Amino acid sequence: MPSLKDLRNRIASVKATQKITKAMQMVAAAKLRRAQEAAEAARPYSERMGSVLANITQAVGGGGDAPALMTGTGKDDVHLLVVCTAERGLCGGFNSQIARHARDHIRRLLADGKQVKIICVGKKGFDILRRDYAAMIIERVDLREVKTLGFVNADAIARKVIHLFNEGAFDVCTLFYSQFKSVISQVPTAQQIIPAASASSAQPETADGASAVYEYEPEPGEILSDLIPRNIAVQIFRALLENAAGEMGAKMSAMDNATRNAGEMINKLSITYNRQRQAQITKELIEIISGAEAL
Amino acid sequence: MAEAFKFELVSPERLLVSAEVESVVIPGAEGEMTVMAHHAPVMTTIKPGVVTVKNASGSEERYVVFGGFADIVPAGCTLLAESAVAVKDVDRADLARRIKEAREDAADAKDDQSRSKAEQFLSQLTTLEGAILPA
Repeated sequence: MPSLKDLRNRIASVKATQKITKAMQMVAAAKLRRAQEAAEAARPYSERMGSVLANITQAVGGGGDAPALMTGTGKDDVHLLVVCTAERGLCGGFNSQIARHARDHIRRLLADGKQVKIICVGKKGFDILRRDYAAMIIERVDLREVKTLGFVNADAIARKVIHLFNEGAFDVCTLFYSQFKSVISQVPTAQQIIPAASASSAQPETADGASAVYEYEPEPGEILSDLIPRNIAVQIFRALLENAAGEMGAKMSAMDNATRNAGEMINKLSITYNRQRQAQITKELIEIISGAEAL
Repeated sequence: MAEAFKFELVSPERLLVSAEVESVVIPGAEGEMTVMAHHAPVMTTIKPGVVTVKNASGSEERYVVFGGFADIVPAGCTLLAESAVAVKDVDRADLARRIKEAREDAADAKDDQSRSKAEQFLSQLTTLEGAILPA
């Protein structure tokens, strides 16, 4: 049985923890709002980019002059996985979810006899994947110092990826991140960015009419080869923003749970404390009374 | 008074301008072009330069863009810029850094094609610097 003093200390420390988790929750809520705003602000760009890309793909018609970034190398022996996770923990299952998703994918690829290379964005994913696949991690991008995610961060990653592709270091590139559904639900997602899988399958509606009479300056092929790398950067940027929002959402609900758990613990401990204090008082009274009776 | 049309300037981070304007001067990859209402549909890449927007009210605003592309249809014009800032907010240090990087790229280029590309980019940047710096 712990002594009264132990109980008091215990309650004090749980209270302190509760205060911290509460503060973290509020910080996460504020950051979440900002992250959501950033994600929303970036949406028009990626939407326009999507529609323009669809237009121009149609114009080029997937002919022989389409850049390799779009058509791929024609093989799929070497896979590059870009795994985006958070820089910090204490956000529930957020990071491990993404890492698990990536790990399942890696297992599948390895079982098929493919070669796998990994780029880790964010410290936590690196920490998790390092345990099993340290040899495959070729690059680690640290965004710890970055206060507000900018397009330059995504562009730097995209440039690395494209550089690797041009060197023939991989055939297929897949991006792993967590899609932000709502504050309590983030869905780990895998998205193939090289070759651009969706560009050719999603045929734009031709009823639009306007797309047919576009003039291109310079040639469509040239625009396309300029556009595709930019599109990759945009995809990565979007993934990073979604991740940032998701991380804050996950952290918020994790900290909310922690605060509630701490509250419950404090209640339980206070009851034990009060009972024990009462028991001690009763015991002392009995001692005094029985002492007086003995006289 | 010319007719107004819809113009949007979008950077990956945010939507900078979304307004009814009279005309827009775009630094197209193959030369500057002025877009007005009912322009024929054109799609063009843009080089680093200054975008001049003339509002329907007659006031003029200038933005510095670093590459991107423009999508022009009769009903409006959308400019997707890799990075865009109003001229008065231009960060000199950032511009200097870009020029330095471009210079390094040009020096590091392995073959003639990439070198000429890097040099072209560098010259566009320096022109831009000259254009926005008050003499």
